[in-house]
Amino acid sequence: MTTQQAPAIHVQGLEKSYKNLKVLRGVDFDVPRGSIFALLGSNGAGKTTVVKILSTLLRADAGTVSVNGLDVAMLAADVRESISLTGQFAAVDEILTGRENLVLVARLRQVKDPGAIADDLLHRFSLTDAAARKVSTYSGGMRRRLDIAMSLIGDPPVIFLDEPTTGLDPQGRIEVWQTIKQLAEHGTTVLLTTQYLDEAEQLADRIAILHQGRIIVNGTLTELKQLLPPAKVEYVEKQPTLEDVFFAIVGDNGKRDDAGQTVSVGANE
Amino acid sequence: MTTQFLSGTAALTGRSLRHITRSPDTIITTTIMPIAFLLLFVYVFGGAINTGSDSYVNYLLPGILLITIATGISYTAFRLFLDMKSGIFERFQSMPIARSSVLWAHVLTSLVANLISVVVVVLVALLMGFHSGAGVLDWLAVAGILMLFTLALTWLAVIPGLTAKSPDGASAFSYPLIFLPFISSAFVPTDSMPGAVRAFAENQPVTTIVNTIRDLLTQQPVGTDIWIALAWLVGILIVAYTFAMATYRRKIS
Repeated sequence: MTTQQAPAIHVQGLEKSYKNLKVLRGVDFDVPRGSIFALLGSNGAGKTTVVKILSTLLRADAGTVSVNGLDVAMLAADVRESISLTGQFAAVDEILTGRENLVLVARLRQVKDPGAIADDLLHRFSLTDAAARKVSTYSGGMRRRLDIAMSLIGDPPVIFLDEPTTGLDPQGRIEVWQTIKQLAEHGTTVLLTTQYLDEAEQLADRIAILHQGRIIVNGTLTELKQLLPPAKVEYVEKQPTLEDVFFAIVGDNGKRDDAGQTVSVGANE
Repeated sequence: MTTQFLSGTAALTGRSLRHITRSPDTIITTTIMPIAFLLLFVYVFGGAINTGSDSYVNYLLPGILLITIATGISYTAFRLFLDMKSGIFERFQSMPIARSSVLWAHVLTSLVANLISVVVVVLVALLMGFHSGAGVLDWLAVAGILMLFTLALTWLAVIPGLTAKSPDGASAFSYPLIFLPFISSAFVPTDSMPGAVRAFAENQPVTTIVNTIRDLLTQQPVGTDIWIALAWLVGILIVAYTFAMATYRRKIS
């Protein structure tokens, strides 16, 4: 297996507890290079915990986690060279201008010509007009765009987006969606977490549902839809939405939970 | 790693210094209370205080400078607290920079901000008739002691900055530090105090630090006071730094 084919993200048997609360109870998934992978789950499912472990902010209790072929526990500093994290709350400096935020990150990543990189990103994210304004005057969508632009500096091959559209208006969401699609077109691997089913449906090549500390489903949208019996043919053929799939698997207060099994669709091989 | 630390610290210090230049009110607020004390004690209470010194403002200034710094470092805790609460701290921690850069940037910013406040307060004191025949070396010694004091208290401020649950909690720790000079030789000579209070006042660090700065500015021999003061400062610095770093490591791992 060459490094080219090795998955961008590899997670196996990942466990994490806070005090007595078991948040992750054996999470497994792989993300192929250049794809968009959505981690879907309700609030408190452990999505942010997974992202924090992947981005070296938290240590796992057990399991193997590697990003870009690098083990996050052993080679944390190298992993940080390969990733960017856009957290749940826009990680921008409100007092600085948009351009200053970008220049700061460029200087921290020690890339050449921070000013030119900042100007290029401002243009790509339609923020040129607002470049010299303090970020505290930005709208939610603009902040998120700046946040994601900051994550692109240094061209990290893997980007984590933790609930990138939470708190955005519909217009802001669409702007962010377009940005994420463009990222994947340029070959960046994107792992995003979301609690919005349509967001996963719109963006992701593969979708995994994290529920009660385990991945209970992992597959493409088509594969996930096939999980439901195709007996939905009525007067009008109605495709199940991802939402139907989600609640069919997760819902009903854990009929499936005690089994604790993973429904694996479309195996990786 | 070293170049990563230096360039990272430089970039982040530039960032927080910009915060200060964009909101100069934080520096003004820092100096208002010490200046108010200066005015109040020189023009209201001062006439009734017998310090044995020819001018009360000369006697008072060293203590006021320490109060200025104690007020100033509460803003360091506050700024660090804001970084911790916003996503930007996690962004920095997930980036390929030396992780201690984030703290050092706040510490260096604290040194610069307090230097500005101290200069402002000294200028006000000069307007009020403060005068000193101290030479360059004496002034350098005073600057060195004040810097060491700022550094020690800043590392102390890092601890609540990292652990506080609310902005009030982050800055409240500085109140006892601001109050400490009142039970010292900063405002009145300690020999006017009753037994137990006097014992406390004479054995707490502010008194030796104030006496040392006062002696340097009035060209008196500093005696052993300066060594006791330095021992206190270095001791507090080492303890505060150790605890701050341990807290930081707990936070980021």
